[in-house]
Amino acid sequence: MTLTTEPPRAGAEALRFAGVSKRFKDGTVALTDADLTVAPGEFVSVVGPSGCGKSTLLRIASGLDAASDGEVNVHSKSVGYVFQDATLLPWRNVRANVGLLAELEHMERAERDGRVRDAIELVGLTGFEKHLPHELSGGMRMRVSLARSMVLAPDVFLFDEPFGALDEITRERLNDELLRMFSQRNFAALFITHSVQEAVFLSGRVLVMTGRPGRVKTEVAVPFDYPREPELRYSAEFAALCGEVSRHLRDV
Amino acid sequence: MTVDVDSVTAAVPPAGPPPGEPVTTAVDARARRGALTRVRASFLNKFLLPFCVFALFIGAWYLISGLTLTKQQRFMLPLPHDVIRVGILDWGNFKVILEALRYTVIVTFIGLAISMVLGVLAAVLMSQASWIESSLYPWAVVLQTVPILALTPVLSFFFGFALTSRTIVCVIIAFFPIVSNTLFGLQSVDRGMHELFTLHHTGRLTRLWKLQLPAAMPAMFSGFRVAAGLSVIGAIVGEFFFKQGNAGLGTNLSVYSSRLEGERLWATTLVASLLGIAVFVLFGWLARRVVGRWYQPKRG
Repeated sequence: MTLTTEPPRAGAEALRFAGVSKRFKDGTVALTDADLTVAPGEFVSVVGPSGCGKSTLLRIASGLDAASDGEVNVHSKSVGYVFQDATLLPWRNVRANVGLLAELEHMERAERDGRVRDAIELVGLTGFEKHLPHELSGGMRMRVSLARSMVLAPDVFLFDEPFGALDEITRERLNDELLRMFSQRNFAALFITHSVQEAVFLSGRVLVMTGRPGRVKTEVAVPFDYPREPELRYSAEFAALCGEVSRHLRDV
Repeated sequence: MTVDVDSVTAAVPPAGPPPGEPVTTAVDARARRGALTRVRASFLNKFLLPFCVFALFIGAWYLISGLTLTKQQRFMLPLPHDVIRVGILDWGNFKVILEALRYTVIVTFIGLAISMVLGVLAAVLMSQASWIESSLYPWAVVLQTVPILALTPVLSFFFGFALTSRTIVCVIIAFFPIVSNTLFGLQSVDRGMHELFTLHHTGRLTRLWKLQLPAAMPAMFSGFRVAAGLSVIGAIVGEFFFKQGNAGLGTNLSVYSSRLEGERLWATTLVASLLGIAVFVLFGWLARRVVGRWYQPKRG
């Protein structure tokens, strides 16, 4: 298996999986022969039954896990990874949490401060810089988590069901805001979710995975232009696409 | 791949503060109304009830001492007011107790400080590799389980009968809770946070300094608190056996008991107990100062 991480090249994919498999030590096959590409500036979602290896896909793309077989290319200076939990350090306030990754990457103080300020503004948390994580709601904690990754301005973003634990209203609002950030920052995104609506609303393409062993079964193109308005969710075309993805999921 | 940033931002409404996501520290008006009743209830629970138990305890003391002991036996349990009168209000006697207290406090804190430094260092070392942990941890347990009295003769051969041996007894007793609590704290850092640091190629030292040590603080401080109480015990036990040099509370306890001086003995015991309570409270307060800002232990 190979995992190559290079600076972005014109014309190249931001992220490419070719025949990637993952077999764990206990013999479980989490992923078999997975192929997928994400173009620069493209938003791709992955839906599938639980335990189908969706998260394994991201762990391999980020280098947290190694693939057993196949080839993985990531063309990006830096990769943003947004976890299922906000994973904020509880002793750091919002500003210090947002600055954490830049700190770990040894970014210069002056530049870091500026980027932290911008990222906090981008996620709409200006005025909450001094709050500690336990003083924030779940949605706000997730905003801090997003801002933390945004500081490094990654070209590729990996999202591991980031809004899965939030209530429906907060989730929809964060979906709207994520698309706004996507329009402003123009990153490539691979977004794992178990919500069909969320997948269709955010993405240009939705990949449907089968379970055990995980494999990319089919893909559904979402033709709506960006920026997308919240009202899109209530259109007939949107409902029809959600229905199509759900049908594929049922057939899995 | 280029996007006209201005046209995009113009098309999208600017980000305001997120509405409808309340800050959870906001105080509810209803909660405020209930607060007064709760203050009364907590006063009752926190002070009045323990005080009632204390009054009962003193009453029982008077009963046992006054009714069941003859005058000759009373050195075993003098009447409470005699303890206060002879041990505390008699300045000559009380000065001796305070002087002893000073030396006990010194031994307690030297022993505790050494245990804190050694304990945290040992825990950090063990957290770095499982082979270090498996080679050292059993010996920390052994150090904890060895009966301290069995060690005192050996200690006296090497370190004499004064301050050094007393301090070593403190360290032997106080070391383990610091090691085990700190190690537990260092090892129970959330896996997601570790992965976050792994993604950014963080070295061991940075990970330790920015993630593990701060995360271990609450556990470390509960270790310190237990160790502080034990260190008082260690100091007094140490003084009981290593009697050379300045007399501490333990030294005096052994002297008074051999002379059957019940009042001074009980007064010294009282002061020793207060010292134990004081260090426990001190470390509780310290823990709240250091980690209370972000760490709220879950209450039932």
